[in-house]
Amino acid sequence: MLPASSKMPHKQPPPRKQSISMGRGARKRDEDSGTEVGEGTDEWAQSKTTVKPPDQLDLTDAELKEEFTRILTANNPHAPQNIVRYSFKEGTYKLIGFVDQLAVHFTQVGNLIPRDSDEGRRQHYRDELAAVSRQGSQESTKVVISETEILEEEEEPKEAEAGSQTDVPIVEASEKVAEEELMTPKQPKERKLTNKFNFSERASQTFNNPLRDRECQMEPPPRTNFSATANQWEIYDAYMEELEKQEKTKEKEKTKTPVAKKMGKMAMRKMTSMESQSDDIAKVTQAAKIVERMVNQNTYDDVAQDFKYYEDAADEYRDQEGTLLPLWKFQNDKAKRLAVTALCWNPKYNDLFAVGHGSYDFMKQSRGMLLLYSMKNPSFPEYIFSSESGIMCLDMHVDHPYLVVVGHYDGNVAIYNLKKPHSQPSFRSSAKSGKHTDPVWQVKWQKDDMDHNLNFFSVSSDGRVVSWTLVKSELVHTDVIKLKVEGSTTEGLEGLQIHTVGCGTAFDFHREIDYLFLVGTEEGKIYKCSKSYSSQFLDTYDAHNMAVDAVSWNPYHTKVFMSCSSDWTVKIWDHTIKTPVFIYDLNSAVGDVAWAPYSSTVFAAVTTNGKTHVFDLSINKYEAICNQPVVAKKKNKLTHVQFNPIHPIIIVGDDRGHVTCLKLSPNLRKMPKEKKGQEVQKGPAVEIAKLDKLLNLVREVKTKT
Amino acid sequence: MAEVEETLKRIQSHKGVIGTMVVNAEGIPIRTTLDNSTTVQYAGLLHQLTMKAKSTVRDIDPQNDLTFLRIRSKKHEIMVAPDKECLPIVIQNPCEQ
Repeated sequence: MLPASSKMPHKQPPPRKQSISMGRGARKRDEDSGTEVGEGTDEWAQSKTTVKPPDQLDLTDAELKEEFTRILTANNPHAPQNIVRYSFKEGTYKLIGFVDQLAVHFTQVGNLIPRDSDEGRRQHYRDELAAVSRQGSQESTKVVISETEILEEEEEPKEAEAGSQTDVPIVEASEKVAEEELMTPKQPKERKLTNKFNFSERASQTFNNPLRDRECQMEPPPRTNFSATANQWEIYDAYMEELEKQEKTKEKEKTKTPVAKKMGKMAMRKMTSMESQSDDIAKVTQAAKIVERMVNQNTYDDVAQDFKYYEDAADEYRDQEGTLLPLWKFQNDKAKRLAVTALCWNPKYNDLFAVGHGSYDFMKQSRGMLLLYSMKNPSFPEYIFSSESGIMCLDMHVDHPYLVVVGHYDGNVAIYNLKKPHSQPSFRSSAKSGKHTDPVWQVKWQKDDMDHNLNFFSVSSDGRVVSWTLVKSELVHTDVIKLKVEGSTTEGLEGLQIHTVGCGTAFDFHREIDYLFLVGTEEGKIYKCSKSYSSQFLDTYDAHNMAVDAVSWNPYHTKVFMSCSSDWTVKIWDHTIKTPVFIYDLNSAVGDVAWAPYSSTVFAAVTTNGKTHVFDLSINKYEAICNQPVVAKKKNKLTHVQFNPIHPIIIVGDDRGHVTCLKLSPNLRKMPKEKKGQEVQKGPAVEIAKLDKLLNLVREVKTKT
Repeated sequence: MAEVEETLKRIQSHKGVIGTMVVNAEGIPIRTTLDNSTTVQYAGLLHQLTMKAKSTVRDIDPQNDLTFLRIRSKKHEIMVAPDKECLPIVIQNPCEQ
């Protein structure tokens, strides 16, 4: 009926709309929904005068009055009237007579379900279950929950009302509720009854104070890591330091002079500031020295090994002869042109020896040098001192091994203190203090005098033997003796007797008899003198034809001494006898002789032809047991020789400034063979006895002849 | 001061010496004739070794002290002479003639 009803509004304004409805009729066939809208607008336009559209059909009045009849049917005007379907059975298109005339104007899906439908029943059943479970939980809970019960109960009745089939479940639910009501009062009977119905819970919450974190952080204290080990030696060091401190405080207490203390402090401060200013490298001195020695030891390793351990095995086959094994050679560039004029071993440090450089040539006089070498470092001297005048002789003090006295070519004497690093001598003589007028040929330390002043003697070509004493840092001299040539007084002016003065060239002091000493002169004479007699000699020996180069007392035998000269001879004397006991001719001018410290019968002599001769009187009275050229070139004249007090080595100096160190082979160091059964006697007594025997032999021979 | 420099120069010009250096108490090289990396290496290693050797010697007898240390290897020899404040080190080839 709807389509008809939808056409109702059409009929109401037909007279008015006739003109337009004709147009409508034309449009009907369009069958689009826009027609209604069009009609609506037409109603608006009704207020105005009828407007005739230009394309309107012009009809006559008779046609206008024609009545048309309309039949209302329930047909859907929109439904299609001729639907054709293809029939597969017949293979043609067939017209379907019946067409569905239903027109749906509006559809909406609702949420109401019929109660009798499956879905409805299911839902109801579900609700019932939920209600039961809720009641079951309520039976064991308290009052608070009973509230919810109540609420649920209220809900349930509501639900029950909503549904028609839930009568029975409702009854059941209500029964359950009644049961619950009965049950719950039982439980709280033990407890305090609480009003279930009017129970209200009140809670209030106060403001929670906002929490605030407060921190305070400081700078961490400075920390350092410290670690140390407590070793045996660390403990020891600490104790030693303490000891030292204590000693220092004791000393300070003793002195107790505030000025001195202040000075000391100032000095200390200055020292420390100086030390801090100076470069770190300066502290290396000591260690650097050691390293240098180590390096040298490596380079000269074989030499060092030889020195220590090598014993010439060939000596066994050599009958009685021995050899000298060359070890180190010491030379310095600065002293290359200068001859070695003096050699001396240090009495305390057995590896240290002093070399004096100068010139024997009176035409070419230049500067002098004093070098101290250690065997541990053959490449460079430990100490270097230079002087203007050539050094002719030197000696080291026995008690004070750091004091070296030297005699110069210009007649001066000087004392060098090795402890002080200056290159200048500590004390020096001068023309005022009575220096010699001619070169000083020999100096020797003596024992300290009664005032504990240092004392030494010197002999020179000016004919004086002078004793020098170091009094309050000044050299004071006293002439001990003047070497007058006997029998050669000449008449001088006004009847003065002028003695010709001999030129002293060498001297030696007796080891035991303190006042006794020997002086050798240029004329070849040896005078035995005494310190106490200044004008007379005790004895005179006509020793040589030329200048006496060296005299030396035997280290063991008190009576025997030895002399050598440029007349090619070495002579051994007994000072009680005017003639020499032994004479040796060495075919060349003898520069120096030296007794061996370990035997009374061994001595060495060096000659200008570069040879070294070693004699052992107990083995061979007439010949050298070793006769060896020591220097490479024969032109090198050997000038001095010295035995080392402890080691079996000798040092030999030549006129080119070289010092060679040689080791004595075992044959040269022979001790006399003891007869079987007798004890091996050692010591000076034996040596003396040995020499005595020889002397007696010689004397016997002489007396016989 | 100049003496030490001279001594070190002499050592350096000695036969067979490959290099020298001086190390202070903390193990930092002060003077050297070798290149930097080698020096640093030597300094560090030898400093430790020397301390150890010194400690050993002194542990046995506190009155004793280490004088020097030689390390001989196939190729050369390293010599160290420890002092209170410093450590000179020398490397030498002893076989060189």
